[in-house]
Amino acid sequence: MERHFDHDLSELKQRLLTMASQAETAVNRAIEALTTRNYDLAIQVKQNDEILDRGEVEIDELAIRLLAKAPLATDLRLVMVAMKISQNLERVGDEAAKIAKRARDLSQEPPVKINVDLPRMAGLALVMLKGALDAFVNRDSAAARALIPRDEEVDALNKQINGELTQFMMSDRDSIPRCLNLMIATRSLERIADHATNIAEEVVYLCEAADIRHTAK
Amino acid sequence: MTDFLLPKLTVAPLANPGPSAPGAALIEINQLSLFYGAARALKAISLPIRERVVTAFIGPSGCGKSTLLRCLNRMNDLIDTVRIEGGIKIGGHDIYSPDVDVIELRKRVGMVFQKSNPFPKSIYENVAYGLRLHGTTKKSEVDAVVEQSLRSAALWDEVKDRQHSSALGLSGGQQQRLCIARAIAIKPEIILMDEPASALDPIATSRIEDLILELKRDFTIVIVTHNMQQAARMSDFTAFFYLGELVEFDTTTKIFTNPAQKRTEDYVTGRFG
Repeated sequence: MERHFDHDLSELKQRLLTMASQAETAVNRAIEALTTRNYDLAIQVKQNDEILDRGEVEIDELAIRLLAKAPLATDLRLVMVAMKISQNLERVGDEAAKIAKRARDLSQEPPVKINVDLPRMAGLALVMLKGALDAFVNRDSAAARALIPRDEEVDALNKQINGELTQFMMSDRDSIPRCLNLMIATRSLERIADHATNIAEEVVYLCEAADIRHTAK
Repeated sequence: MTDFLLPKLTVAPLANPGPSAPGAALIEINQLSLFYGAARALKAISLPIRERVVTAFIGPSGCGKSTLLRCLNRMNDLIDTVRIEGGIKIGGHDIYSPDVDVIELRKRVGMVFQKSNPFPKSIYENVAYGLRLHGTTKKSEVDAVVEQSLRSAALWDEVKDRQHSSALGLSGGQQQRLCIARAIAIKPEIILMDEPASALDPIATSRIEDLILELKRDFTIVIVTHNMQQAARMSDFTAFFYLGELVEFDTTTKIFTNPAQKRTEDYVTGRFG
């Protein structure tokens, strides 16, 4: 006999997966809007952010309902982790909206004549986000753990690009507003990688019941 | 991002050490098997029970948890067909040794049952009865212990003006607290509780649970419960039994968040049992 609780849990998982796919799409499209200078796409990504906001609220409501049934062991961990992952996904959506906003502004200005490795950073942030969500779907703790150190690569790229943009701004004062927009977009990518790291840590907790946050990994 | 610095917080260690941490067990159950005739109801159970903590026994009906509880004060002696192998030591002494005075043992190891069972006497007499049986007859002494026991059982304020009324006039929850007062009046070291709140409403249950948490300052408590949440709320250690075997014993937090055994996981999440 299927437990009623399993039915509710699978609804929770399904909603989380929907939210995950929406967050991934938002980041993909925000980056596309930024790199292809696509104004319309940027506006669309910004407007779609509320879908993820709603997703977070709905998952919290469902999780509260499940917690009221006092789940234990893996069931308890899954509900806790779902709440935390949805919060991270909502913030990923916020960062995608921020990138889209910068993409919108930049699309209205002449391109900056600087070659920064933004596509590589964006690619890495996306790989991390997708990897963390796959690890959740597959309950793959090892994959989640393997992902976490990659955040340092993203941080290093963020630092490198910020340095390059600063240098460029000093040599070309007219580029300052546009370079600042690029800096903000870069920072959002760095934050997306942080959220992917958080999700990976939650996957480790879900699988191993080990809390590895704020520890040397 | 850290924009400002906060003083470093020190997180207090858990109140109770894990099963592997040092510290003497008050009760040591060693390779205990129990037979009802030819049927083996407990299978080579070994378990340490630490002093002044709450240890919960959980498991599906018929798993042996109540049988084991009753071994701790030799209540099973009252059943003719019962035979025991292995041993139980309390404070280092084998309680099944032939020289043990069973009455004295039951004074040290009190018991509270699922169904409250006050004597058909006054509230006062219920608590005073055991004291007198064990030789305390001076009225002022008996009065003092009755009051102290009723206070410890969180019942004094409700009954102080009607101590000489019949105990049978109390509510179910009050009767159960009276039974706890009766048990602690004779100053046992250990209190065994067999589903003490299963027949009570949520408010009375909550009072019993609060009381048990208070009592563990002075007593070692072993409780059998079918209620997972109750075990999670109250106990420091949990032992899970299945078909007469001890499947897993660990801190309650571990058992209810990350049990090591699949059978424990399946039971606490309601997948079987």
